[in-house]
Amino acid sequence: MVWNSASDFFAMGGYGLYVWGSYGVTAAWMLLEPVLAARRHAAALRAVADMDDEQG
Amino acid sequence: MKKLPRLFTFAAPKSFYRLASITVPWLYGIAAAFAIWGLYVGFFVAPVDATQGNSYRIIFIHVPAAWMSMVLYMAMAGWAAFGWAANARLASMMARAIAPTGAAFTFLALWTGAFWGKPTWGAWWVWDARLTSELILLFLYLGFMALVEAIDDVRRADHAGALLAIVGAVNVPIIYFSVRWWNTLHQGSSISMTAAPKMAHTMLLSMLLMTVAFWAYAFAVVFMRARAVVLERESGADWVRALVAKK
Repeated sequence: MVWNSASDFFAMGGYGLYVWGSYGVTAAWMLLEPVLAARRHAAALRAVADMDDEQG
Repeated sequence: MKKLPRLFTFAAPKSFYRLASITVPWLYGIAAAFAIWGLYVGFFVAPVDATQGNSYRIIFIHVPAAWMSMVLYMAMAGWAAFGWAANARLASMMARAIAPTGAAFTFLALWTGAFWGKPTWGAWWVWDARLTSELILLFLYLGFMALVEAIDDVRRADHAGALLAIVGAVNVPIIYFSVRWWNTLHQGSSISMTAAPKMAHTMLLSMLLMTVAFWAYAFAVVFMRARAVVLERESGADWVRALVAKK
């Protein structure tokens, strides 16, 4: 096992800021981007539906 | 006579839209599974690096993100060029769908690189050939996105974007070979096609697993965005009307 304890793991041998600063931003973006893409898709579907309503 | 499936069936926006809706959940699943496996190997199996300590663990996302930034650019430029040359609408839509994800991976490569450079070199940023050419890649993505959005006539916008993407493609080999052509602060390639890898097997395994995860993620999110682009641009088509009417 590489780590002795949870705090040892989070400290990353003194490089915690750099390792978690990298992983945190990457993970945040990769969770956000699919939501943004799905919302754009939903908005596009709504726009088509609205267009149909207007034309009766 | 029975109708045979045609080679270019999926080149039609309607067929692509259906195919993408089936594949996207699977791609997200593959991405999640490989990310969990890759992170497990990267953080709990791979040993501490002798010279860089634990800061080296940034490599497991830094290198895959940098690879994706280049691969997605070539894919974007390729689809944009094909869409222009063959007058294929779906290809141009794919180029537009790829751009934001490519820009994001470029940003992440630069971001994770800065967070690795600080403890390793003592600087968040240096103007060396590798970093500078990667920054230019980010500007090329942003320029492509701004250009295609700025022109109202969609097909003219596609063509203008294709021209920018093709000219900018010359930057990709410059990024790739920069560490060999110039004396850069950035270290040389971790993996080369001509020599054995210079890193421990578990480190290499984690990096490759994360690369698979990033590929699957990129396909999933690009397909999702491409579905939105197809609807936005084909909103007048009968099949789109029928699709909405069914709901």
